[in-house]
Amino acid sequence: MALLEVKDLEVNYGVIRALKGINFHVNKGEIVTLIGANGAGKTTTMQSVIGLIPIKSGHVVYNDQDITKTPCHKLVNLGMSQVPEGRRIFQELTVYENLMMGAYSIKKNDTFKDDIEMVYKRFPRLEERKSQIASTLSGGEQQMLAMGRALMSHPDILLLDEPSMGLSPLLVTEIFDIIQEINKEGTTILLVEQNAKKALSIADRAYVLETGSIVLEGDAKEMMNNDDIKKAYLGE
Amino acid sequence: MNILDIIINSLSTGGTYAMIALGYTMVYGIAKMLNFAHGDIIMVGAYTMLVCINRIPYTTKLGNMVADMLVKQCGLEEKVAANITVIAFGIISLIIAVIVCMLLGMIVEKLAYKPLRGASPLAVLITAIGVSYLLQSAAQIIFGPNQQNVPVGDFGKSKLFGVEISNYLIITLVVSVVVMVGLTLFIKLTRTGRAMVAVSEDKGAAQLMGINVNAIITLTFAIGSALAALAAYFTLIKNVGITNNMGAMPGIKAFTAAVIGGIGSVPGAMVGGILLGVIETVATKIPVIAPYKDAISFLVLVIILLVKPSGLLGKKRREKV
Ligand SMILES: Nc1ncnc2c1ncn2[C@@H]1O[C@H](COP(=O)(O)OP(=O)(O)OP(=O)(O)O)[C@@H](O)[C@H]1O
Ligand SMILES: [Mg+2]
Repeated sequence: MALLEVKDLEVNYGVIRALKGINFHVNKGEIVTLIGANGAGKTTTMQSVIGLIPIKSGHVVYNDQDITKTPCHKLVNLGMSQVPEGRRIFQELTVYENLMMGAYSIKKNDTFKDDIEMVYKRFPRLEERKSQIASTLSGGEQQMLAMGRALMSHPDILLLDEPSMGLSPLLVTEIFDIIQEINKEGTTILLVEQNAKKALSIADRAYVLETGSIVLEGDAKEMMNNDDIKKAYLGE
Repeated sequence: MNILDIIINSLSTGGTYAMIALGYTMVYGIAKMLNFAHGDIIMVGAYTMLVCINRIPYTTKLGNMVADMLVKQCGLEEKVAANITVIAFGIISLIIAVIVCMLLGMIVEKLAYKPLRGASPLAVLITAIGVSYLLQSAAQIIFGPNQQNVPVGDFGKSKLFGVEISNYLIITLVVSVVVMVGLTLFIKLTRTGRAMVAVSEDKGAAQLMGINVNAIITLTFAIGSALAALAAYFTLIKNVGITNNMGAMPGIKAFTAAVIGGIGSVPGAMVGGILLGVIETVATKIPVIAPYKDAISFLVLVIILLVKPSGLLGKKRREKV
């Protein structure tokens, strides 16, 4: 069953047509990846789905509920969480306070201690640095914090916008392993990536976005063997 | 001239500036706009207290009754009883002024600034100046152009280490310190306080956490306006008359204080406010430069900005990845 379904989504920046009516869906339990070149509209897709950018036309349906017009801050409570492009952790707050912000939507929080333990277990580096001001974390640690923060709200679907950006190959592998773990434990994943090879290797299905339109979709493993994809996105 | 006298004067003047500067800096930090009408909220607070104390029929009657009762039941002297009554009414009217100013701040935000969210900063600034004139003119139409006095009671004097000091100075100082500590703890320790920090840093990321950014902005205006009402009381307590443009000068000076401390920084507004209080008080005590005390405040602003463009405690804008 589709947990998230995007229908004819159009988004404009002034006169620029960033998304020209795209359709895609993410089934419960899947990892779906959206790949495409710089400026294809991947971030625009992620941000308009979660209500940070106004939608010109089309629909976003989540759990059989039309959320096209639902303000962003109400979506966390419905089970959507996003690790935005560039991480956007709260620089002035400590690691611990950032994780607290991640749990902001849960008003009466009985499981906070367990949740934060769960995040620390997944990212032991964060526990070591829990009282450190976030701006002084390394890029990799910031990515971990952004992911840990997003997990604090118990999302049913996690939207990840370029989690590998600026990370060393070793760390990229680590992060992708963690994404798979999170998925195995029951969180549906929508993953946007420049690193198409990595993304396709862990995804169930994939969509290729090119200047605001979806030009190809299908099984991720099959796509890895597609000659056009190899040439354009895998550098082979 | 005595050192203790200067210190207490500095800190109480500075505390008042800090109260106003906090309003500027919090709104700037969270809504990213200069609320030029903030000074006029002080004026509205002052006139609200005027209405409560002088204009509502029966308050005088009620006051006399209370004073009579104090004389009869508690055996106080008539003068003392009258003074206590005036003080009590002053404090009640302060509470009303705080509520009125909070509502006004929220209404102004909703009607004038919210529709301009995302508009150019210049449009917002000009709107704020418009709101400022609107409030001043409305006050002039309702209350006339003349200066008026609002009695809030005589707090007397104390002897501290052999120096006579007016109690209102000490009250101003203590209340501002309590408010500053309280506000700092609120921001640091509460869920809502942390949400304010998050919104001031990154509205988009804050929304992703489930924070209702509009509600936080409204709350910020409410807090700033409540502090402005308090600043109005600190003006009345000095027995200074009120006019429809009484908010302009303290507003600009407190804005200066906020910039000195680093606009957007809450501790910065406190430091800037106190510093301005010290500069002004010391300047007043030196006859040669006393007439130029306002110019000196702005001179200090210029020097500090030359040395540290982001203000004393201001943050440098970090590059986003
Ligand atoms: N705020 C904006 N104003 C105007 N144009 C924008 C804005 N944000 C994005 N765009 C444009 O919309 C298009 C899609 O941008 P988007 O950020 O979605 O790309 P992307 O696929 O995420 O790219 P990248 O891989 O580089 O992150 C680009 O042409 C970009 O220049
Ligand atoms: Mg992007």
